[in-house]
Amino acid sequence: MSAAGERIKSYPGFGLLAATCLVLLYAPLLVVMVYSFNDSPSITRWGGFSLTWYVDVFTGVEAGKFKVAAWNSITIALMATVASTLIATSAAIGMTRSGQWRGKSASFALINLPIMVPEIVTAVATLIFFSAIGFKTGYLSILLAHIVFCIPFAYLPIAARLQGVSSSYEEAAIDLYASRWQAFRFVLLPILLPGIISGALLAFIVSLDDFLITNFVKGAGVETLPTAIFGAVKQGIKPNIMAISTLMLLVSILFVTVSWWIGRIGEKADAPVSE
Amino acid sequence: MAGIAPNNSGVDGAAFSGLKNRLLLPSWLTIGVLLVIPVLLMLVYSFLTKEFRGGVVWEFSIAAYDQFFLDRGLFGDEPVKIEWTYINIFIRSIVQAGLATFFCLLIGFPTAYYIATRPPSTRAFWLFMVTVPYWVNLLIRTVSMKFLIRDSGPLNQWLLQLGVISEPIHLINTNVAVQLGLFYSYLPFMVLPIYAAVERFDFALVEAAHDLYADRMTTLRRVLIPAVKPGIIAGCILVFVPSLGAFLAPDLLGGAKNFMIGSLIEEQFKGSAGNWPFGAAASMILLSLVLVVLMFYARNEARSRS
Amino acid sequence: MKVKQLFNRRNLLSAAVSAGLMLGASAANAEGKLSIYHWFEYIPQELLDKFSAEYDVEVTMDTFDSNESMLASLKAGKMGSYDVSVPGDYMVEIMRNDGMLDSFESSELSNFANIEDQWLDVGFDPGRKHSIPYQWGSTSFSVNRDVFDGDIRTTSLLFDPPEELAGKINMLDSQGEVMALASIHLGIPQCSTDRGELESLFELLKAAKPKWASFNSDGAKDVLVSGDAAVGMIWNGFGAKARAEGANIEYSYPAEGYVVWMDNVVLLKDAPNRDNALKFMNFLLEPENIAAVTNFAQYTAGVKGVSDLLDAELKASPEANPPADAPAGTFVQVCDEATQVFYDKIWTALKK
Repeated sequence: MSAAGERIKSYPGFGLLAATCLVLLYAPLLVVMVYSFNDSPSITRWGGFSLTWYVDVFTGVEAGKFKVAAWNSITIALMATVASTLIATSAAIGMTRSGQWRGKSASFALINLPIMVPEIVTAVATLIFFSAIGFKTGYLSILLAHIVFCIPFAYLPIAARLQGVSSSYEEAAIDLYASRWQAFRFVLLPILLPGIISGALLAFIVSLDDFLITNFVKGAGVETLPTAIFGAVKQGIKPNIMAISTLMLLVSILFVTVSWWIGRIGEKADAPVSE
Repeated sequence: MAGIAPNNSGVDGAAFSGLKNRLLLPSWLTIGVLLVIPVLLMLVYSFLTKEFRGGVVWEFSIAAYDQFFLDRGLFGDEPVKIEWTYINIFIRSIVQAGLATFFCLLIGFPTAYYIATRPPSTRAFWLFMVTVPYWVNLLIRTVSMKFLIRDSGPLNQWLLQLGVISEPIHLINTNVAVQLGLFYSYLPFMVLPIYAAVERFDFALVEAAHDLYADRMTTLRRVLIPAVKPGIIAGCILVFVPSLGAFLAPDLLGGAKNFMIGSLIEEQFKGSAGNWPFGAAASMILLSLVLVVLMFYARNEARSRS
Repeated sequence: MKVKQLFNRRNLLSAAVSAGLMLGASAANAEGKLSIYHWFEYIPQELLDKFSAEYDVEVTMDTFDSNESMLASLKAGKMGSYDVSVPGDYMVEIMRNDGMLDSFESSELSNFANIEDQWLDVGFDPGRKHSIPYQWGSTSFSVNRDVFDGDIRTTSLLFDPPEELAGKINMLDSQGEVMALASIHLGIPQCSTDRGELESLFELLKAAKPKWASFNSDGAKDVLVSGDAAVGMIWNGFGAKARAEGANIEYSYPAEGYVVWMDNVVLLKDAPNRDNALKFMNFLLEPENIAAVTNFAQYTAGVKGVSDLLDAELKASPEANPPADAPAGTFVQVCDEATQVFYDKIWTALKK
């Protein structure tokens, strides 16, 4: 592209607005990060650098509560991820490898319904459902609700990947007398893997992130990290909450990094396929 | 993906198409049983009778919708008027969500455009920086905002120290704080789809417009924006819909006067109100609103495709 | 390919199975459990740990922030999940009338005799068949003295505040107490059926609402400490804690009157662990244990032999010692259904 073209591509002030955008996105998070190292029980006065509140997170009076909550969050997210990714992979193959048929767009809408319905409505509907059928809310009710709303998040990257890959590979495998399972396991799955992994990562983070639905369907004595943090924050923002927030922030950054790295590998893995 | 063999979608799927129903069944079942049936049940509940002090009685009643739309006075014997309380909460929510969408677009579009026009090396950095907040827990981001803007919080302290203001700006428990929270919560949702659209945009068109003596603004308005419109609309929906039913921002940043739909509904189930039929009715009204927006989007999409 | 190894089937399967096993393990030792539904920030964690260790019982606790939300949540399908809860006086009566409480014999609690005489035969639970005293105190409000230096001993500061306090008031999100205090302000009975009185109550609250910044119970202390509110409706002990955390506030015992209450540990119907619930109640009738609660929450216990175990600071605290000329406090009354409907309507209109 010519230099003139480069020049007209750029609009004055856009760079400034983009920088503003980053500042807006990061300022609150950085402030909380900095203040989590504050050596003062008063959260707004700076009393010097210290790791007190990180020690408190793991050994303080509330440590037990947060540990259990974190454990619940992680196990629910893991199981919801496995279940929703399996369901989504199967659905994605069914949708993209079946040509045109009546009700296909309805099926697409159904699979994506959980992201179209506002979260609060899903929360209310699920609570009413569990209450109406007499299902005791608890750990399992949270898990079931999470599986549902994770499905579209896992589905979209997998379906996108499938759409970009011709079905001729698995057909060739079938022509060469592979069973359908073999065609899936040895041909389709390796090609799909980057999509499945990004779908799974997305599902995992979405499950870990959820507050509203969990808060509605959780049962007696069961908390996840977001509901425990919310309960604590309602009584005021304490420094230990900032420390926990910072730790969760680091986990998120770790996840983005991993997902980028896998995306890169996915691109590299494409290379031989494309030749 | 230019190198991939042409996708013969017409004769697609000999390998797995026979399994279509079996492959789709798990998703249909899961979502059907755990979301579609619950939403239908919620519709039923909105027509049930509220039990005194919480709970429901299985008796048909339109009391919930009556309470939502009509004002019969404290003793129920006054001439019937329109009840504005809840309609106002919905209007406030729509306005707040609309404003959040507008501000997100205002900042998000230039940002997305700027990122998409960076050379690949710096583009990855920018994209990474925008993606990170998208993955950070929404609750934590809202709490961070609450901490930042409180009367004795860091923002006010710095502004006071810098002498920009002489008295703390009171933001917490105001509509402005809720707006700030919504904007902050959903900004990444605006940037990413617009970025994806701009990235696919063929900048030869801009050069062509330039050759035809179009200035920058005309090019932006007549060439670029129409071309990336699907991305803009997707971004707007991704901001508007969750803002409309948002709970965390109004709950943590707003006070008694900044009720939004999400808090109204939550109060019926988790708070002291304990009025399930009314909460179900409010949820149904919210859902209908969102479906209207989505149908508008789908129609627009279908039209732009044809 | 590294990713493939990472995500091969066997790894996924073993991750799922081990997660499932751990889940099963925590569900397996269901004996020795106690499930408490309690107010937020009302019992020290150390005391729960002590009970846990002494009786080898695994304790889980959920919290609520108002009597009404606790009732709503129990009615919405949480009955049978919890063993004990801690409702206030009037809520004990409501729950008892609704058949939500299990009863026990005084012989089932070896420390039953420790209950102070004045709290033994109470109106909301005659003969203490369902509940034991937890703490009692008052509900009024605290005022930030940096902001307001006038007379604070009037309920007008909440319901008809001067301009300088408008928009700086936090109310408790607690229907029973707000309505009772408003009735006290107007000098009308709590369960009035008089049309004129109900209308004036409604008008009072409608006029006051624009001057309130928020309805917040769990944050009632924090808004005073952070300065977000200059006047905060609050329970006396919670107000004392706010003051201890550095807020320059004073708790008011208004001349018009104020609300008093007693929170009680009740045995819930269909309690999954009735025996442990009784052990816990007995544990809380031990002076040493309930004194730990009082020192933590800064209210007053209803058990004999506690006063010697209290912190000196608490004994002298202005929140715990009403001035000599303060009127007696009023308990929240339970209205019948036909009357309560009006109060519910007013409250609903107020909260929006």
